[in-house]
Amino acid sequence: MIAIIDYGAGNLFSVQNALRFLGLENQITRDAAEIRKANGLILPGVGAFPDAMRMLKEAGLTEVIKEEAIKKPFLGICLGMQMLFNESDEFTTTSGLGLIPGRVEKIVCPYKIPHMGWNHLELNGKSPLLAGVPEGSSVYFVHSYMACTEPENVTAYCDYGVKIPALTEKGTVFGAQFHPEKSGETGLTILKNFGGLTK
Amino acid sequence: MLDKRIIPCLDVRDGKVVKGINFVGIREVGDPVECAEEYNRQGADEIVFLDITATHEHRKTMADVVCRTAEKVFVPLTVGGGISTIEDFATMLRAGADKVSVNSAALKNPELIAQAADKFGSQCVVVAIDARKMEDGSWHAYVAGGRKDTGIDAVWWAKRACELGAGEILLTSMDADGTKAGFDLPLLNAVCEVVNVPVIASGGCGTLDHFSEVFEKTGADAALAASLFHYRELTVGEVKEHLHAHNIPVRL
Repeated sequence: MIAIIDYGAGNLFSVQNALRFLGLENQITRDAAEIRKANGLILPGVGAFPDAMRMLKEAGLTEVIKEEAIKKPFLGICLGMQMLFNESDEFTTTSGLGLIPGRVEKIVCPYKIPHMGWNHLELNGKSPLLAGVPEGSSVYFVHSYMACTEPENVTAYCDYGVKIPALTEKGTVFGAQFHPEKSGETGLTILKNFGGLTK
Repeated sequence: MLDKRIIPCLDVRDGKVVKGINFVGIREVGDPVECAEEYNRQGADEIVFLDITATHEHRKTMADVVCRTAEKVFVPLTVGGGISTIEDFATMLRAGADKVSVNSAALKNPELIAQAADKFGSQCVVVAIDARKMEDGSWHAYVAGGRKDTGIDAVWWAKRACELGAGEILLTSMDADGTKAGFDLPLLNAVCEVVNVPVIASGGCGTLDHFSEVFEKTGADAALAASLFHYRELTVGEVKEHLHAHNIPVRL
């Protein structure tokens, strides 16, 4: 069972719809006991970093996530991925979960911000999430901030005038800057691969 | 770099897909969920539902359509038509829409754009503009299905909407719509020049070349079509193959 963590921010139902479509057992929850019991965790996120971290804390979930994320497959999506890093500059410097080393900064590039639309994955090494995903596959992004982290933590980038980490990974902790639940077949493949790790 | 997006639009009335020809003479063509699934199979990058009844009771029908589509179609979904309050935004987003487009209500009450952007984020606020060319060469924003001139300059309005927090502009040329003579390139260029958010070109496409032309000659980020795809004159896949052959980046 995959627990989709509900802390008041994010596109929970889209993620749930995609998991259901793939036949992956899942539950939307904010119950720490359920999160501990789950075989895999997904942290969605839409909105601003400081609000999301505050809501996670108010839901009393920060510690349980930090503990459980290193024990079983964990996937942060969009803002949920950014929250995996040490800190973010969005509005004001705010601490993140510190599960992957790095920080989150405003995208600086000559193009329109937010980075919104379909962009191409440039693979950077191997990842179990990328099984069956060819180089150059398009996935759907909506964000204005990006993770700044060492290449060893990045399994795919995309190019937007600046190299943006699209898929990050450290041990059992995965992060997708794009929305796999809105990225057509490619996104479903990535979620299915994640589901495979939880079995 | 970002792919150029191809967006089929489904005009929905009472939960059924219809297509108006120049906004009159509406014909019914099918179930919106099935149509959305078909477009998804063809490679649509996003799907727009336009609720053309847009009375209060029908909004529930529309939310239900969105909800059922979101269970099966995993690309961004946009809903518009009759959206006039923050609650309407919330209803559609809860139903599974990723973006909500607003037209007349924003012209009447521009603050709605700022409120929606503040509450839900600019990324889900699309401002739809129906523009018609005036004798002096400018364009005016029209409402009521393109029947009523607001007297507001459409290019100015696009810019203002972005300042208020619009995350995208869906720009329909009332002059080009239904003509199949090509997108309205001067209008698109005029708007693209003054906004810094994605612009969706709408109205006028009739051939494959019209799609390559709009991306080669304007700054449009996406192209939207309804009848062309409904009546299967072209498939989304054919359009994207054509663009790919013209070295325009698309998701294949």
